[in-house]
Amino acid sequence: MTDQPLVKMRDVWLEGRSDEVWNPIINGVDLTLKRGEVLGLIGESGAGKSTLGLAAMGYTRDGVRISKGSVEFDGIDLLTASAAVKRELLGKRIAYVAQSAAASFNPAHKLMDQHVEGPVQHGVMGRGESEADGIELYRKLRLPNPDEIGFRYPHQVSGGQLQRCMTAMAMSCRPDLIIFDEPTTALDVTTQIEVLASIRDIVEQFDTAAIYITHDLAVVAQMADTIKVLLKGDEVETADTRTMLAAPTQEYTKSLWAVRSFERPLKPAVQTGAVPVVSVQNVDASYGTVPVLHDVSFDMHEGRTVAVVGESGSGKSTTARCITGLLPPKAGQILVDGQVMPADYRKRNKDQLRQVQMIYQMADTALNPRMSIGQIIARPVQFYLGLTGAEKRKKVDDLLEQIELEPTQYYHRLPSELSGGQKQRIGIARALAAEPKFIICDEVTSALDQLVAEGILRLLARLQDELSLSYMFITHDLATVRAIADEVVVMKDGRVVEQGPKDDMFRPPHHAYTDLLLSSVPEMDPDWLTNLLNERGVDNIGDAAVDKM
Amino acid sequence: MILWAVIALVGMAALAWVFRFAGQSVTGNAPKFRDMPYGVAFGYVLGAAALLWLIWAYTQGRSSEQAIANKFFFLRIAIEGFILFAIAAWVFRVLGRSVGTAWSKKMFRSMPLTASFGILTIIIYAIFAIFAGVIAPYGQEQIIPGVAANIVPGGDPALGGDPEFYFGTDQIGRDILSRLIYGAQNTVGIAFATTLLAFFIGGTLGFLAATLGGWLDQVLSRMVDVLMAIPSLIFALLLMTIASVWAPQLGIPLTVFMVIIIAVIDSTRVYRLARAVGQNIVVMDYIEAAKLRGEGLGYLVFKEILPNATAPLLAEFGLRFCFVFLTIAALSFLGVGIQPPLADWGTMVRDLGGFVNYAQFAPLAATAPLLAAGAIALLTVAVNFVVDWMLHKSSGLKE
Repeated sequence: MTDQPLVKMRDVWLEGRSDEVWNPIINGVDLTLKRGEVLGLIGESGAGKSTLGLAAMGYTRDGVRISKGSVEFDGIDLLTASAAVKRELLGKRIAYVAQSAAASFNPAHKLMDQHVEGPVQHGVMGRGESEADGIELYRKLRLPNPDEIGFRYPHQVSGGQLQRCMTAMAMSCRPDLIIFDEPTTALDVTTQIEVLASIRDIVEQFDTAAIYITHDLAVVAQMADTIKVLLKGDEVETADTRTMLAAPTQEYTKSLWAVRSFERPLKPAVQTGAVPVVSVQNVDASYGTVPVLHDVSFDMHEGRTVAVVGESGSGKSTTARCITGLLPPKAGQILVDGQVMPADYRKRNKDQLRQVQMIYQMADTALNPRMSIGQIIARPVQFYLGLTGAEKRKKVDDLLEQIELEPTQYYHRLPSELSGGQKQRIGIARALAAEPKFIICDEVTSALDQLVAEGILRLLARLQDELSLSYMFITHDLATVRAIADEVVVMKDGRVVEQGPKDDMFRPPHHAYTDLLLSSVPEMDPDWLTNLLNERGVDNIGDAAVDKM
Repeated sequence: MILWAVIALVGMAALAWVFRFAGQSVTGNAPKFRDMPYGVAFGYVLGAAALLWLIWAYTQGRSSEQAIANKFFFLRIAIEGFILFAIAAWVFRVLGRSVGTAWSKKMFRSMPLTASFGILTIIIYAIFAIFAGVIAPYGQEQIIPGVAANIVPGGDPALGGDPEFYFGTDQIGRDILSRLIYGAQNTVGIAFATTLLAFFIGGTLGFLAATLGGWLDQVLSRMVDVLMAIPSLIFALLLMTIASVWAPQLGIPLTVFMVIIIAVIDSTRVYRLARAVGQNIVVMDYIEAAKLRGEGLGYLVFKEILPNATAPLLAEFGLRFCFVFLTIAALSFLGVGIQPPLADWGTMVRDLGGFVNYAQFAPLAATAPLLAAGAIALLTVAVNFVVDWMLHKSSGLKE
């Protein structure tokens, strides 16, 4: 009994239906999970991680089917089990934690009402008992005010807290297996630590087996006992976490490990007295009557990258909106090449608009889905440079070549026919088409897989060297900062808390907040989280640490 | 009677259980029967019972005894029509799959039968509307000399019909078939023009309100709210009454007034949709990018927003067309719409409506008003089928 694996998937093949054809998603993957063991499933998006994770519950999304293989849970064959048998298992013995807790909770009911639903429906506990247990779980997960947080609505708690509430809900029936589907991907680094720590604690305390799906290697290194790497539906390798980190055997795994090694050579310091390309001077801004920026000032020089770092809500993107003129500042001014820009973008002339371009976080919403790639890039070419006909086509082809896409192949395609990384490249080409001096990159890599993101960063770095562009690089990922930035601006609650050259920023002493940000970035060392928690003390992680400042 | 109903229900409930149990034992507990909820099993039995009743009723409808056959006459016609249309739609789809361009073939392959029926019907209506003058055997206002009024449809002299006028003649001796064909031209043509106008007004204003926002949005939206607060048919009736006084004074045909009045009233609904859809698109980053580029309003609305709003607008177009069409028919029925002697389906229903009372003993006579009503119903159903299909396609739902 003890050696009997809890989950046993043998030669599982999964297929998804699109355009009347069944396409393979997972090609014959084996998976074994013992009681109390945590398995990390990693791979880039589209690798089939989530589909495989769901298949471990004997469940498939609409339009997906298990075409071959067997899935056994504790000796029960989930593929042939009746609906009644599965109903008994799901929620009670197998639980699922989704990526976006905000989208997974019903906004119309209080957290506790949703928490007790499982145990009461399955007859594990009565309502009162289950509520008391819920409060106990909230306490174990170190949620603030555990006695009353359950009686709030989902919109009344923060994203990280919601994610922990969801973990508590998954634990409510004390399942044997929990499947975590990217539970921290949508969270800030400081919040992520809290969720990671509490998930790990609770999984250890109740000796629950877990499948942890993620694309972040550093995260999986903290959580998992074994790691399984997937690539396009095929298993690349499986090994014990420490072995895998120390000595990956496959090329693909090695390339995943190597991503974080990209770092640009240091540039000489800016000459004193040089006129900055863009200068933000004492900017205050507010949405309606809510102030969001307080006295923000920093300069950006030619051919250099300024990374603006901070967690969500710190005012990074708002600063960008002030620079572009979408949100006219309440006080202060924006200078481009020493000239004061009109505060409102509608009052800027074509040439002023041309100088400041923007690349967006979500390439999906940044490109008009009904326009071809050629049209998207050609529009600014025609609009700003006045080129038409063959000249215009030539310029678009040049731009496509600059972003390393074959013009003849991509000119007539629609954005939906491109991958995420390619779409982001089109966004870059559209910004370049205006021949700007300065580009704002708003979290351009955060929606991409690590390998793809690295490609984008290398491209941006190359373009900067060739065209001596200035970037304002908004990000919350310090690994990206390390890779590309020359100078760093750290923001918190609408204020600049620290700024300076990159090297100074990564060398102590720091401002307390910078220190927290830096130390919260997961590292590939499996002991990192444990050490960090010991260092900070149990009460001083994530939100709690932020609140103390 | 109630007792019988209860007994039938209990019998079916028992039968459902037996059905599921039998299914389980015969198929060796296949998942389909094993996981079948009782309600579904009951549904199968209920469906089977309804089907059996329909078959029985159909044989009654074909009974040689006139009294019994009359009772089930309309059911018989409905069943025969249903089967006939289904076959026609199927043949049409098979045809579409083997003839035409690669694109149209692909479209027909994924098309449900309902949609192919809808498209076929719309094509037939369009042909009738465009070539009415060629197809119709008589003129729409032609009173044929020497032909009796109120000839019963069916063309059977024994029952008061005339093979020359298979669909019969109306109360002053005009050929109903010809009037039906011309009705397609008048009613459908005017409805189409009205819907286009409604979309032009509502769509343009809706997108403008979504893009510019602010006071323009407020003013337009509140005006639309006021218009929508008035029951549309009664409002249209009121305006038409006023217009019928103005029309002769100004020398403009009343139909033009009708088109404008219905278009304005219906454009409020289009405005609402266009504004809602537009607002969702306006918040996209590519609109922000275009704004920051310094693009003008025209480019934003027609190049960036409109192409992304076509799917919901097209679907709404189909539905709106039905409503406009029904409004016109209703106004004509009430006497203020399309004016005689022009043929219009709504008017035809009103003029011949009295014959419905004969349905019990002379079903053929009662068919006369129902022909025009059926033409309206058929087009409405067809358009809705096509709209459903387009909505399904644009929403990206699979299977």
